Amino acid sequence: MSAASVDRAPAVSSRSRPGGGGAGEGRAPLAPAVGLWPALCAVYRAQLSRARVARIPLLFVATFQSIGIMVLLRGVVEPGPGPEARAVVAGSSVLVVAFVALNLLAQYFGSLRASGGLDHYATLPVPPAAVVLGAAGAYASFTVPGVLVTAVTGSVLYALPLTGLWVLIGVIPLTGAALAGLGAALGLLAPRPELATLCGQLGMSAALLLGVLPPASLPLAVRWARDLLPSTYGVEAFAATFGPSPDWARVAVDLGVCAAVGALALTAAAWAYRRAAVR
Amino acid sequence: METGARQDETEGGPACAVRDLVKTYPAQRARRGTPAAPAVRACDGVSLTVRRGELFGLLGPNGAGKSTLVRQLTGLLRPDAGHIDVLGHDLVRHPERAARLLAYLGQESTALDELTVRLAVETTARLRGLPADDARRATGAVLEELGLSVLGHRPLKRLSGGQRRLACVATALVGERPLLVLDEPTTGMDPVARRAVWAAVDRRRAERGATVVLVTHNVIEAESVLDRVAVLDRGRVIACDTPGGLKALVGDDVRVELVWRDEPPLHVPEVAALGPTAQRSGRRWTLRLSPDAARAAVAAVTGGPAFAALDDFSLATPSLEDVYLALGGRTEGLVKA
Repeated sequence: MSAASVDRAPAVSSRSRPGGGGAGEGRAPLAPAVGLWPALCAVYRAQLSRARVARIPLLFVATFQSIGIMVLLRGVVEPGPGPEARAVVAGSSVLVVAFVALNLLAQYFGSLRASGGLDHYATLPVPPAAVVLGAAGAYASFTVPGVLVTAVTGSVLYALPLTGLWVLIGVIPLTGAALAGLGAALGLLAPRPELATLCGQLGMSAALLLGVLPPASLPLAVRWARDLLPSTYGVEAFAATFGPSPDWARVAVDLGVCAAVGALALTAAAWAYRRAAVR
Repeated sequence: METGARQDETEGGPACAVRDLVKTYPAQRARRGTPAAPAVRACDGVSLTVRRGELFGLLGPNGAGKSTLVRQLTGLLRPDAGHIDVLGHDLVRHPERAARLLAYLGQESTALDELTVRLAVETTARLRGLPADDARRATGAVLEELGLSVLGHRPLKRLSGGQRRLACVATALVGERPLLVLDEPTTGMDPVARRAVWAAVDRRRAERGATVVLVTHNVIEAESVLDRVAVLDRGRVIACDTPGGLKALVGDDVRVELVWRDEPPLHVPEVAALGPTAQRSGRRWTLRLSPDAARAAVAAVTGGPAFAALDDFSLATPSLEDVYLALGGRTEGLVKA
């Protein structure tokens, strides 16, 4: 090999955007940037397959944890459409989302950031939001079977109607967006991966303790804390549908809160990603 | 150090021109479990020019500033001062353009570890802008090229270190980029995999005119594959030339290595005379001598009483490691394999 190769023409991609970034004057054309949607789909697909391979045991843990809590509380909570039974089933179901989307995603991004794994995505021409949304979406989707199994088991265990379970179509993605966004932001902002893990665990514990207990029996300060937790609104929306005549406007408002928190958290996570990837 | 003497000959300017680049990592305060660390100037006024189509190397031991330099070239790290021009684009002002100009192989694979080899490469191709069908085709081709087709369905973390590294090389090579920045691409690979990597890199240079910037601390590899090499030490470029040109710097000196069975026979006057100039590492002495002195030294230790104490000896022409030493670099961390 020799330096005689200097007269070779620079490679020009046939897909290059002519003039992109000011080609000409000896400038190589820039390869096209990848749009948000195709990049998001590619990351989502990869992350979902990754989660399937590596996280199935953890999904079992999440599901069994929720079912275990419902079985335990069955001893003290009467079955039927009372507020306690509704809170237990709805809280346990949303807990699966908190376990996977909040806790595991915070750990994933925390370790990725600490190990320098973000470099891989940061040197590809994709919007930061695509990486965060793709991973968050995959983790949220990954919770679907766990939530369904928990919700059906809980409904049977507590003699609640199964007819309202369709609301999970809204509850899972919107609670998932809020909690996954929060998890991603925590993982990317935490200065050390252990802190990301700790925050994720604490968030999940909060979702557990504040989600499965009916709010009426909680002290005022704890109720305020409960109102600050985005998973609460998912629990409320889901719990309302077990009743004989659900207040659909209220359900929509609760889900709207989840969506708003999700949008904010994912925006924060995308910002945190950009900050973590390029120093 | 200015290295672009022939840059005017290159069509469309250099592939990569770095001027007076400075990067200092701030001092770290002591925390529980971690002692305080002073500020480190990892890039201390680096200037170099990489010509288009060239296979250009950055050689130096760990901590010399090689990775800091390439992280700035790839837009991952903002320099404190200086200019970076890649294929005509100012990357200090527009670091986001780096991803659209170059492919980067970092030292970490954690982003891909749980994916299968095929999915890791295909996803990277998609994220480099290839449509789905093209990405699938390009993935098949690059896996075939690197001999990875049979491992396509295995997750990266289940592979051996060398195989995993090869899969990461595949992700760097998929999707056309005029500049490839590869940070120690062949670490842990067996000779077959190394050959596959260099053949694939050469093919991209020959067919597409790709330029390659390679980080290495392996002197043998640097000598055999690089067109030109910049030698880094403590954040500075201490030399930059072709491997042959650099070796000419140390003149005719040859390297004599003596391995003693036990203690060196210092009672032999010729051996005692060599002692002060030898670099000692356990039972091994390394000497840099003129050809005449080397001949005399070999004659002295292979005849007479010294021979009984000698386990092995070798005589070699200068390597890049000798250049590195002659230029005042530290040897620890340079690999000869």
